[in-house]
Amino acid sequence: MIFFWAFVVGGLICVIGQIMFDVFKLSPAHTLTILVVSGAILDGLGLYEPLIDFAGAGATVPITSFGNSLVHGAMQEAEKHGLIGVVTGMFEVTSSGISSAIIFGVIGALLFKPKG
Amino acid sequence: MSDEKKKNLPPEAQQYQDFQTKREVKRPLLKNCLKAFLVGGFICFIGQIITTFYIYNFNFTEQTAGNPTVATLIFITMLLTGFGLYDRIGQFAGAGSAVPVTGFGNAVIASAIEYRTEGFILGVGGNMLKLAGPVIVYGVFSAFVIAIIKTILVQWGGF
Repeated sequence: MIFFWAFVVGGLICVIGQIMFDVFKLSPAHTLTILVVSGAILDGLGLYEPLIDFAGAGATVPITSFGNSLVHGAMQEAEKHGLIGVVTGMFEVTSSGISSAIIFGVIGALLFKPKG
Repeated sequence: MSDEKKKNLPPEAQQYQDFQTKREVKRPLLKNCLKAFLVGGFICFIGQIITTFYIYNFNFTEQTAGNPTVATLIFITMLLTGFGLYDRIGQFAGAGSAVPVTGFGNAVIASAIEYRTEGFILGVGGNMLKLAGPVIVYGVFSAFVIAIIKTILVQWGGF
């Protein structure tokens, strides 16, 4: 069943993005930035974790999860070390997305030649 | 174009603006949304398969399995981007391929490959995050603000 909800929730988040493209005529960079910020806000309100429990990859794969895990890492560390933990814990959970994008970016640049 | 800006233009330019808005191709909203839904949903569906794989084989939980899933998806994106397939999916799916993390990965990897001709330090290293930069910058900044507010509320507000 979680496969079905992953499909539906993930698809709906993409539809929200498509509406921002087409109706509000925003550039992809603006759209993605807004989605990341709203993911961070949702986690701040404590709403994103239940969504992950409900939809699995439907909530962790869209870019909104990026904002969620940034807040999450910051909050985890803040519980241990107070305010300074917000800065030190920021990338604790998110690191896999950014580091793998950078690592595979460099590997991709080594392997592939630009087309056209 | 807003009315404010329009007033400052000469009449010919105003006419042209009106003409342009009339001739602009209407974007088929419903069709685009359906495509975005199907492709985006499909990417998340694949993500769920990978997540399930990690949960059963490597002792991750539902909450933590997101990280290796994202890394695996970005690896797949690298192959698709390198062989030029991701662009084609993007043309068909619009936001359906841009909103999942694969779109983020594609933005990073495509710029890395494209700027390779300018050298590895200044080209690849300097331009890799050109498109993905705003996402990281405002993600981090908003997360900082939210986490600060929440910490203050929790620690001194007694919530």
